[in-house]
Amino acid sequence: MELIWEGIKHAFGLLLSGDAEVFRITLLSLQVSGTATVISLLVGVPLGTLIALSRFPGRGLVVSLINTGMGLPPVVVGLFVSIFLWRSGPLGLLDLLYTPTAIVVAQFIIAVPIVTGLTLAAVQQIPPQFRLQILALGASRVQLLWVLLREARLPMLAAVMAGFGAVISEVGASMMVGGNIRGQTRVLTTATVLETGKGNFDLAIALSLLLLLITFLVNWALTWIQQPRRPG
Amino acid sequence: MPARKLGGGLRPPSEPPPEQVARAKPALERRLLRQTGRFAWVLLALLGASPVAAQRPAVILATTTSTQDSGLLDLLVPLFEKKTGYTVRTIAVGTGHALIMGARGEADVVLAHAPELELKHVADGGLINRRLVMHNDFLLAGPPADPAGIKGMTKAAEALRRIAAREARFVSRGDQSGTHARERSLWKTAGVSPRGPWYVESGQGMGATLMIAAEKDAYTLTDRATYLAFKKRVGLAVVVEGDAPLLNVYHVMEATPARHPRVNAAGGRAFADFVVSPDAQAVIKGFGMDRYGEPLFVPDAGKPEPDGGG
Repeated sequence: MELIWEGIKHAFGLLLSGDAEVFRITLLSLQVSGTATVISLLVGVPLGTLIALSRFPGRGLVVSLINTGMGLPPVVVGLFVSIFLWRSGPLGLLDLLYTPTAIVVAQFIIAVPIVTGLTLAAVQQIPPQFRLQILALGASRVQLLWVLLREARLPMLAAVMAGFGAVISEVGASMMVGGNIRGQTRVLTTATVLETGKGNFDLAIALSLLLLLITFLVNWALTWIQQPRRPG
Repeated sequence: MPARKLGGGLRPPSEPPPEQVARAKPALERRLLRQTGRFAWVLLALLGASPVAAQRPAVILATTTSTQDSGLLDLLVPLFEKKTGYTVRTIAVGTGHALIMGARGEADVVLAHAPELELKHVADGGLINRRLVMHNDFLLAGPPADPAGIKGMTKAAEALRRIAAREARFVSRGDQSGTHARERSLWKTAGVSPRGPWYVESGQGMGATLMIAAEKDAYTLTDRATYLAFKKRVGLAVVVEGDAPLLNVYHVMEATPARHPRVNAAGGRAFADFVVSPDAQAVIKGFGMDRYGEPLFVPDAGKPEPDGGG
């Protein structure tokens, strides 16, 4: 108990003192996971919408694959991305392994099925009659799509939260493709593992609390957007 | 761009690529996709510009968790970067893994502490230019009550034999690390192949293994640096130390550019030259004094190979 209390005090100390290293690690975590989430949204939202609205052979299989992908273990993604990015691997020429970009790539792969799957579910839950009604009112296809995405925006924010939550908290892939390099690829989760390994438990607890705080703030902001507010 | 290429590579085979789906769809969705793509490109370009821009190609250093966990590299690496302008990417893994990374050309330079394994890689030609850097020592740590009654024994192998005979609990790293390699060679000397419920394999780093040993009232083999870092947290006592086979020797080796054309040979050589240089050796000599009151490593560059170092 004393250790947790010490950790909490240490965490606030770090936050208030503006420790440069902790600040850099936190910023990189936000940068990397934020970028991965945004790219996965740019790919996952259109893809999910497209699959939700279209019928093609093998669609059931595609949906099952996406749903399976929602539970992709980060270490598995980390392993495969590592193999691709090794110097001896097919993408070795890019010299990306152990860079922040490599972490973004891995986290994108983790987040994109989550965003796609939840978007798909969000768009699909709009009753088909609603679509017909909109078209009957003389909407163009662009207008239809716009209305549908507006209708689905609340569950889609859940997709953002789930995607971001998955990548900001994963450690396996960041460790493998990032290498936890000080000042370059050290993020909050890998730093926590390292400090635990070093026996600096108070610092590890402080980093964990920072991670929780950030996740909370991001989700709080998204929820604020998502939830209806009482007028006036 | 990497993200898109990779996404393509790992996409399940039966899923049609988005380009194909788009072709079958009206212009609007195609345009949406194209715009999305453009955004992704811009974002990736922004991201690509943000990481530390190195003037010289990065050097990948594969090393053991013990050098990283002790904090020594946090002093050495920035010094090297400042002197030479290289950026170092330090990857801390078990020694076995680090050596394989070097031998495969995935790392440019390796700092390791498993002499027998190192010599094997050097003999195979996977690693070159092996040079002595420093040493410290391993020790047997165990519960202060000393259930196996080995405290004060001078031969580590004999102590292990007694642990096995009394089936006192022992936690092994079990992870192909340098410490694990040393532990196995000690068991071999003891003539015991440890097996049974008393012999636990943690599969984790030294710190975690010490914690497990403390929780389970067990013995374990540890390097001194990690032991000192954890001493106040885990109630384990030193039970056997000072035996010649407990010497823990670190060597630096370079990857073979002749085998792997993409290896940063000049950078790897520069780092290896640096760790055996007087400047780095002076840092090693003083390291740990402020925190533990005793140095964690003894600089050895240029000295003859020590006994027990294989």
